[in-house]
Amino acid sequence: MNGSQNAEPQIVAEDLVKRFGSFVAVDHVSFRVGRGEILGFLGPNGAGKSTIIRILCGLLRPSAGRALVAGIDVARDPERVRERIGYMSQKFSLYRDLNVEENLKFFGGIYRVPRAELAERMRFAIDMAGLGGREHALVSNLAGGWQQRLALGCAVLHRPPILFLDEPTSGVEPASRRRFWDLIHALAADGVSILVSTHYMDEAEYCHRAALINRGRLIAIGSPEELKSTALGGDLLLLECDALGATLAVLQQAPGVIDCSVFGDSLHVLVDNAERSLRELPDYLAQKNLPPTRLARIHPSFEDVFVQLIAVDSAERRAAA
Amino acid sequence: MNAATPIVAAEALTKRFAESVAVNGLTFSVDRGEIFGLVGPDGAGKTTTMRMLAGVLSPDAGSIVVDSVDVVADPEAAKQHISYMPQRFGLYEDLTVDENIRFYADLFEVPSVLREERAARLLAASGMSQFRARLAGQLSGGMKQKLGLTCALVHTPRVVLLDEPTTGVDPVSRRDFWRILYGLRDEGVTILISTAYLDEAERCNRLALLHGGRVLYCDTPVALKRHMPGALIVITSSAGRKARAAIAGIAGVSNVILVGDGIHAVVNDARLRIPELRQALETNDVPFSGIAVGEPSIEDVFVALLGNAGAPR
Repeated sequence: MNGSQNAEPQIVAEDLVKRFGSFVAVDHVSFRVGRGEILGFLGPNGAGKSTIIRILCGLLRPSAGRALVAGIDVARDPERVRERIGYMSQKFSLYRDLNVEENLKFFGGIYRVPRAELAERMRFAIDMAGLGGREHALVSNLAGGWQQRLALGCAVLHRPPILFLDEPTSGVEPASRRRFWDLIHALAADGVSILVSTHYMDEAEYCHRAALINRGRLIAIGSPEELKSTALGGDLLLLECDALGATLAVLQQAPGVIDCSVFGDSLHVLVDNAERSLRELPDYLAQKNLPPTRLARIHPSFEDVFVQLIAVDSAERRAAA
Repeated sequence: MNAATPIVAAEALTKRFAESVAVNGLTFSVDRGEIFGLVGPDGAGKTTTMRMLAGVLSPDAGSIVVDSVDVVADPEAAKQHISYMPQRFGLYEDLTVDENIRFYADLFEVPSVLREERAARLLAASGMSQFRARLAGQLSGGMKQKLGLTCALVHTPRVVLLDEPTTGVDPVSRRDFWRILYGLRDEGVTILISTAYLDEAERCNRLALLHGGRVLYCDTPVALKRHMPGALIVITSSAGRKARAAIAGIAGVSNVILVGDGIHAVVNDARLRIPELRQALETNDVPFSGIAVGEPSIEDVFVALLGNAGAPR
């Protein structure tokens, strides 16, 4: 990204550790988020994403390490940090028995938005969320996508320069999810720094950089392109054939093949060199009477990338233990 | 594919709850030995459909035949052929892995001579052999799902219904789970699986895209992608918002979204539109390093089809 982001990081995590009894929920995690940057936190449920976000918001104290948000040490002055951040939790934290306008007023009060500005900020939130005409609708009657955008509106009422979004897209349908990411990009373009967590691996695509969290540790961080091009440790091929099982068995012993797995009606083959395997594998398989019907190079998905990274990390941990 | 009668046939299924229609005239069939996906966002009607197929919820209208048994007329008879794994599968957290399996084997009246061999084989397939003495409550989310599947398979059913078995499960366990499903498919078991992860749909032989209780589309993942209206264009740019502004309003361009390293757009004709897009970017001084046709994901197809079917919420 551009230089200013390194010059003035808005979020700094340094060697953060959080233990609950003997359980290590966050294990020496360090990263930075620049101004106007969207950093994605990806990982399965229970990986530690929410715990890190709660530490950065000043809701939890770290067992060790340091968190700076907007240049302020979170552990020393959580109150000043809270004035500068917006936080949206998985459950959207809206009052379901209040209407849209009443929810905004309530959060305006909590975030101490000056009265002179409140009307204008509420208008902004309603327009951003696309809730014009629904100001008096009860939240419980709104579909998930509307609730989600209203919750985002509430979180940015006080113009925070930093935003923490904890799994905001869980259980929201794809079209609404896309619209939501659009809003996130609009905020980032206005200079807001955003840390957003998700367990949808494919949402890494929407972030400027993505960090993969697994069992409390940050095991990779980079742009979507960097992660896709380097993490796999090889090239991915798609192979279609008549005898799936037999071909799979032969490929696992074939030269240049690192790994092979069934994927729907076809096989995914990880090889150390795509050009060579594209040239040599068809003949190799034909000699075993298993000629493929199609062989092509494909782009790995983020799930491919993350499964590989997690496998490498697990192997390293076992070796260290 | 094969001329034999489908092993699962649902026709014009409808289910209403108090004020909403959860399933609305759903029709599809599944061939023997297929992995068939019911794919769609929350609220699309996946779970209601699964419950009706399993014979635990009766439809307001429509018919269901599973393995030649009329499920609506005789749900009990169907249960011998079907194994149903609901989203919250009833594992006993204070029992061990082995004890849970034994419990389900009793429930399904699996002869004791077959039990040990089956349990051992299923546990080996799911990589859980060394955890047989562990309490179910102490397993990770992914392992619990694998144990649930093991319990659901202990009576070797011919049809398996899995309702969102991978939701919230880590990607590695998700892969293991699919490996087990492919193994079952090789043995001739028919699998119906529902998922809210659209990327998972690509692992199925065929799938039905559900929305609002209806089937938007039903075919193989490859055929489904061919039905993407138009083509997906990937523009790599460090100035995504500028790029989007520059191409706004060009006829035949829709569904423009910002991604981390540029934008994606859907166009009606790639060959015609790419030069136009390129020109618009250059005229507006938008820096970009690439513009090319990309492979659409199932989500791209879903959103595009939905755009044709009606406005999203």
